[in-house]
Amino acid sequence: MPHDHHDHLSPSGHPYRSDDDHPLTYWQTMEIAVRELLIEKGVTTASDIAKQIDAMDARNPAMGAQVVARYWTDPAFAAALLADGAQATREMGFDIGPMKLIALPNAPDLHNIVVCTLCSCYPRNLLGLPPDWYKSRAYRSRTVREPRKVLAEFGVTLADGTEVRVHDSTADMRYIVIPNRPAGTEGWDAEALAALVTRDSMIGTGIARTP
Amino acid sequence: MQRVRVRADMPPGHVRTPTYLRGKTGLTERVLGPFPNPEELAYRHKGAALPLHRVRFRMGDLWGDAAETPDDTLEAEIYAHWLELADAP
Repeated sequence: MPHDHHDHLSPSGHPYRSDDDHPLTYWQTMEIAVRELLIEKGVTTASDIAKQIDAMDARNPAMGAQVVARYWTDPAFAAALLADGAQATREMGFDIGPMKLIALPNAPDLHNIVVCTLCSCYPRNLLGLPPDWYKSRAYRSRTVREPRKVLAEFGVTLADGTEVRVHDSTADMRYIVIPNRPAGTEGWDAEALAALVTRDSMIGTGIARTP
Repeated sequence: MQRVRVRADMPPGHVRTPTYLRGKTGLTERVLGPFPNPEELAYRHKGAALPLHRVRFRMGDLWGDAAETPDDTLEAEIYAHWLELADAP
């Protein structure tokens, strides 16, 4: 499933997206109207809007990887993250806005995986924009019903006796999975460990890299 | 953990209780909030402050014989007004 595509291919074999040659939808018109009014009335500026888009684009899974690596190496931080994920993340220096965050630690006998069946809730303020497949109907409908098949398609095989726990992100909270720390990393510092933490391992569709 | 049942209702409008969980019984894992009721926020009302339960369900209780692994679990956030107390099995 991670590589299911519906891309068009040009005759020369290059993928392309069809031109969106259609009239603006109701909500596209609404967005443009509200944005132009806010700018005209001096509430914000085009440059400030562009800066916010840049700020969102600058958020990326490496931020979450630092949180995970610190969880692995700093027991006091780990306890704080479990008690209040958002506050602990802010205290690390990440600007996550008003996001409310719950950390979900894996264990040798527990594997967590996150989905939003109703829409596409994702901890964007920490991990950046979600991958396309996270928003697909296939991922959203199948993960709550056959999570092990979905995990197998992502290449994740779990030890016998491991419980799979699916988290349907239905309301106000956002989730980050804390993958198990890979074996063979004893004594590693947080920076080296962070390089092993993939985006998918924080969604639960992957595990951390092994050294 | 408190044993709760999700109301089996099908009201119209904006609801953040997934259909596949309605009528199902689980255990409240923790209580969060209070947060404003999204069903009211969606229509620009103020939104009454409600507790938000994280409810843990057993896959076998959600999908019956079709469950992939019945003892796997699923957790979801359910607003308090969607929950009723359930008796012990």
